[in-house]
Amino acid sequence: MSVAAAFFYLFSAVMIASAFMVIAARNPVHSVLFLILAFVNASGLFILLGAEFLAMILVVVYVGAVAVLFLFVVMMLDVDFAVLKKGMLQYAPVAAIIGVIVVIELALVVGGWTAKPGAAPKAASNLSNTEALGRVLYTQYAYFFQAAGMILLTAMIGAIVLTLHHKPGVKRQVIADQNARDRKEAVELKKVPSRTGI
Amino acid sequence: MSLSFQFAHSLPEIIIALGALFLLMLGAFGAGKRDWIITEVAIVILGVALLSMFYPVDGKALVWNGAFVDDAFARFMKMLALGGALVSLVLSREFMAREEIDFFEFPVLILLATLGMSMLISANGLIALYVGLELMSLALYVIAAFHRDNLRASEAGLKYFALGALSSGMLLYGSSLIYGFTGTVNFPELAVALQGTPPLGAVFGLVFILAGLAFKMSMVPFHMWTPDVYEGAPTPVTAFFASAAKMAAVAITVRIVITAFPGIKLQWQQIVMFISILSMIVGAFGALWQTNIKRLMAYSSIGHMGFAMVGLAAGSENGVAGVLIYLAIYLVMTLGTFATILSMRVGNQYVENIGDLAGLSRNNGLMAFAVAMMMFSLSGIPPLAGFFAKYYVFAAAINAGLYWLAVIGMLASTVAAFYYLRVVKIVYFDPPARPFERAAIEVRGVMTICLIVVVIFGAIASPLVDAAGAAARSLVWY
Repeated sequence: MSVAAAFFYLFSAVMIASAFMVIAARNPVHSVLFLILAFVNASGLFILLGAEFLAMILVVVYVGAVAVLFLFVVMMLDVDFAVLKKGMLQYAPVAAIIGVIVVIELALVVGGWTAKPGAAPKAASNLSNTEALGRVLYTQYAYFFQAAGMILLTAMIGAIVLTLHHKPGVKRQVIADQNARDRKEAVELKKVPSRTGI
Repeated sequence: MSLSFQFAHSLPEIIIALGALFLLMLGAFGAGKRDWIITEVAIVILGVALLSMFYPVDGKALVWNGAFVDDAFARFMKMLALGGALVSLVLSREFMAREEIDFFEFPVLILLATLGMSMLISANGLIALYVGLELMSLALYVIAAFHRDNLRASEAGLKYFALGALSSGMLLYGSSLIYGFTGTVNFPELAVALQGTPPLGAVFGLVFILAGLAFKMSMVPFHMWTPDVYEGAPTPVTAFFASAAKMAAVAITVRIVITAFPGIKLQWQQIVMFISILSMIVGAFGALWQTNIKRLMAYSSIGHMGFAMVGLAAGSENGVAGVLIYLAIYLVMTLGTFATILSMRVGNQYVENIGDLAGLSRNNGLMAFAVAMMMFSLSGIPPLAGFFAKYYVFAAAINAGLYWLAVIGMLASTVAAFYYLRVVKIVYFDPPARPFERAAIEVRGVMTICLIVVVIFGAIASPLVDAAGAAARSLVWY
C-alpha cells in the first residue's frame, strides 16, 4: 500500500467517523468541533487529489468562517438540542427510505459512469491549480469577477442599511479628539488655600 | 480586442459602477448620515450614462470575452431602464425627505440596481444573466424594505426576498439543466446546439428559466408578491419597481428566447402565450375591487406585462418591435401615474387611497387632467399613447395568426377599462375631498412632461417606432 493510499484511508476514516459524531454528539459545541475536523480531513483528501486550491478554500471559508460562525451561534443562542433530538426515532423510517433512495441513485450514477467518447486525460502542465485559476479569473472571466464583487458590495451595504441603528446619546471614543488634547487643556492647576476646601 | 474597444461598448455600465463607488465614499466620509447632495449627483451620473449611449459605436459588438453584447436592442432597452431609474430618483427627493428616510445609501442602491439591470439587458450568456439579475434583485430587496421602521415596508422587503430567492433557485435549476443537455451557457452557441428535435431536459430547463424570469416580470402565476410589495414599499421605490426593473426583466426575456432558443420556438411560444393570457386576465379582474391606488397599479402592471408579452408570443420581428414600443409607452404612463400618486399629500401625510382623489377636478385642475389622461391611456383609449402600444402588439399577434390571443387581450382590456374609468369618475364627478398640498416642482415637472408625451404621442411616434424596429432587427437578424 502506497503512502498516498494510506493517507487516503486515514483521512476518509476520520472524516466519516467525525461526520457521524456531528449528529451523534450530545453536546452541540462538540458537534461543531467534529464538523471542523470533518472539513479539515476533506481538505486533506483534496490535497491527495492534487486540488490544492479547493483544499485551501475549504479551510479558509468553511473552517475559518462558516464553522466558527456556527460555533458562535451555538454558544450564544440557547438552543436545547436534547429537545430537538427527541422525535428523531419517530422520523427514522422516513429517513431510512430517503437514505435507500439516495444510495440507489448513487449506485446508478457510479455504475453508469463512462468517459465521454473522445475525452482525453488532462495534458500535464507545470501550472499549479491556483495559478491556472488565477490566469483565467482575472482575464477571461474578469467581467464575472467584477460583477460578483459588485454583488457582494451590494449585500454588504444592504445588511448595514437595514440593521445598523445609530442611537443618539451614546458616548463614543473619538481618537482624534483624544490625541489633539494637550497638557494645557487637560490639566488645570488649582491653588487651594489650606483648611478651606474648594 | 483592445481594452478601449471594450470600454467604449460598456461605457454606461462603467460610468454607473464608478459613480456608485464614488457616491458611497462621498456618503460614508462626507457630511453626516442624511442625504446631502448624493441624490443630485446620482441623477447627474445616470444622466451622463444615458448620454454616453449616444457615443457613436457601430453596430453589434461582443465584448468581455463574449459575456456582454452591445447592440441596438441593448441600447434601446438601457435607455428605457436608465430613464426610468433617473426619473424615479427625481421623484424620490421630496418623498424621502418628508418621510425622513433620505439616507445616502438610497441613491447608491438605486445606482447598483440600475447597473444590474444594464448588465442584465446586455447579458449574452446564462452566467452573465444570473450575475446581472442577482445584482439588480439584491439592491431591490433592500430598497423595498428601506423604510425599516415601517412594518409594511419590512414585510414587503421580506416577502420579496423570500420569493425572489425561490425564483433565483428555479432560474439556476433551469440553467443547470440547459447546460447539462447542451454543454454551453452562451446564447448564440445555445441556439446552434438546440436545432432540430430538442432534448426533453433542455425544454425542462427552458420552463424553469422562464418561470424565474416571469417572477421578475411579475407575470401570473408568479405574481403573488406584486400587490403586497407595491403597497408596502415607499412610493418612489414602487415607481422604480414598476418602471426600470420591469424594463430589464422583459428585455432579458425577449433576448433569451429570441437569441438562445429560436430552435425551440414552438415550446417557448406556448409558455409565453400561457403566462400572457393569465396575466391579462388576472390584471383585469384582480384590480376591480382595489381601494389602494398602489395596489391598483400593481394589478395594472401585471396586466400590462401580459399585453406586452402578446408581442413576444407572435415571435416575429414586428412582435419584438411591438414589445419595445409597448415598454417605452408603458414607462412614460407609469412614471406619469406615480408622479401624480406622489402629489397626493394631505397635511404632512402622503395618502394612497383612491377615495382621496374624490373631486380632484375642483381642487387642482391640472393634476385631475393628468390623472384622467394617464388612466385613459393605461386603458388604451385612442388617440392617447396607450392605444398605440396595444395597437402594435395586437397587430403583430394578428399577423402571426394568433387571432384568439388578440381577442382575449381585447376582452381583458375592456374589463380593465372599468377600473381605470372608475378613477376618472371619482376624480371628476364625486364630491371633493380635502385638497392636496402643492407638490415639489420636480414632481409637477415629471407629471407635466409625461402628460404631454402621452397626449401628443400620435404626432411624435415615428422616431420611436423606427428605433424600436432597428432594435428588434439587431436582435433577430444578425
